[in-house]
Amino acid sequence: MSAVVRDYSLSGPQGRAAVEAGLASAVWYSSPVARKQMKELMKRKDGPAIRDTLIWFASLAVFGGLGIALWGSWWAVPFFAVYGVLYCSASDSRWHECGHGTAFKTRWMNDVIYQMASFMVLREPTCWRWSHARHHTDTIIVGRDPEIGVPRPPKMLSLLSNFLAINSGLNELREVAIHTFGYLTPEERGYIPEMEQPKVFRTARIWAVIILGVIALSFVLHSWMPLVLVGLPSFYGAWLYLVFGLTQHAGLAEDVLDHRLNCRTVYMNPIFRFIYWNMNYHVEHHMFPMVPYHALPRLHAAIKGDTPPPYHGLLETYREIIPAVLRQRHDPEYHVVRVLPANARSAEELTAQPIAA
Amino acid sequence: MAEKSWVEACKTDDVEAEDVIRFDHSGRTFAVYRSEDDEYYATDGLCTHEKVHLADGLVMGNIIECPKHNGRFDYRTGDAKGAPVCVNLRTYPVRVEDGAVLIDIG
Repeated sequence: MSAVVRDYSLSGPQGRAAVEAGLASAVWYSSPVARKQMKELMKRKDGPAIRDTLIWFASLAVFGGLGIALWGSWWAVPFFAVYGVLYCSASDSRWHECGHGTAFKTRWMNDVIYQMASFMVLREPTCWRWSHARHHTDTIIVGRDPEIGVPRPPKMLSLLSNFLAINSGLNELREVAIHTFGYLTPEERGYIPEMEQPKVFRTARIWAVIILGVIALSFVLHSWMPLVLVGLPSFYGAWLYLVFGLTQHAGLAEDVLDHRLNCRTVYMNPIFRFIYWNMNYHVEHHMFPMVPYHALPRLHAAIKGDTPPPYHGLLETYREIIPAVLRQRHDPEYHVVRVLPANARSAEELTAQPIAA
Repeated sequence: MAEKSWVEACKTDDVEAEDVIRFDHSGRTFAVYRSEDDEYYATDGLCTHEKVHLADGLVMGNIIECPKHNGRFDYRTGDAKGAPVCVNLRTYPVRVEDGAVLIDIG
């Protein structure tokens, strides 16, 4: 089977073709929501995120503390397993929501948790802020979106290794090392404005000091414990954020200007939604990124008549993703086609409001 | 001569307190704001980061937040308040006359 070779790099010909085809910085479909209702949904609050952050910190302290108390015994393992998930996988969604600036109403609270969570999930805060802005501008547009998690054909070894952040985490550490010496990769230079670049180098140097400090402490104490608490959880606790994250776009269409066709909304239980901060409502999040995580269930209720049916749990979602990704190894053109409700508007029907100069 | 650059953007009641509306004129687009204390302001209508209409965004105090990437501006001065917006927004003089909001688009 012959297939068009996809070039996912941001500086390659496919990116230029996307620009020429009008797929870059394009107008995307939005489901109709009255301005009054949207204003209500967009409203910022500190309460829910402060409550959730206190629960998060307390859970980290309890599970980390029990792991320390049982250090040397196999009984410590399950407690550190939960600690790792809270440390890394919960940080993924905190990084995300605080990066959007929507989790808290108070700006500095978003900024503090963003910096903290970025370190815990090993995502350099400035680079990833810009990378994620591009992901929202050009969601799953080949050659434009730097956050396409499952390129076609999928690289299975790399994908599977990321359940322990082996590829992604080590790559991030390599880039931190590069940034420490004041260099950026060509791709990073493509989406990080020059005035923001000094922040990348400063953060990399702070991270390097922390990481080397924890390693040194482990040597001094002749114990792995400091590294098991800080540093290694970014790897052994990563698996759940990948389980969640793959549901967002894996196996769905590329190069479409309609988030209903390239994102999934998956119903999840309250514990998962706490860890994931409601990012399971992913169609809604992409369509209206201004809506805070705590209002996404209400937004979902408001637009669900205009979106494909949500998935009922991870099992149903992975029953679709796994065969799709396996098929894409041999058939990169294949993707899951989301079916819009009969009465939904299509993106083609949308008369895009012309953008005046 | 200068008076010719003033155009009526909307009626004062067209925009709610602490909100924004879009105003298009002669192929240009503007955002017209009404603050909590009923002062009116106007800026370019599109975010300086990506060309997204700010009128779909959220007004919080003196801040307009872009609906696409959450970039923030002070709509009174046009000052960009941090990543991902780095370039200030152009602002326009505004006056209220006989229940209408006029902006100097010159």
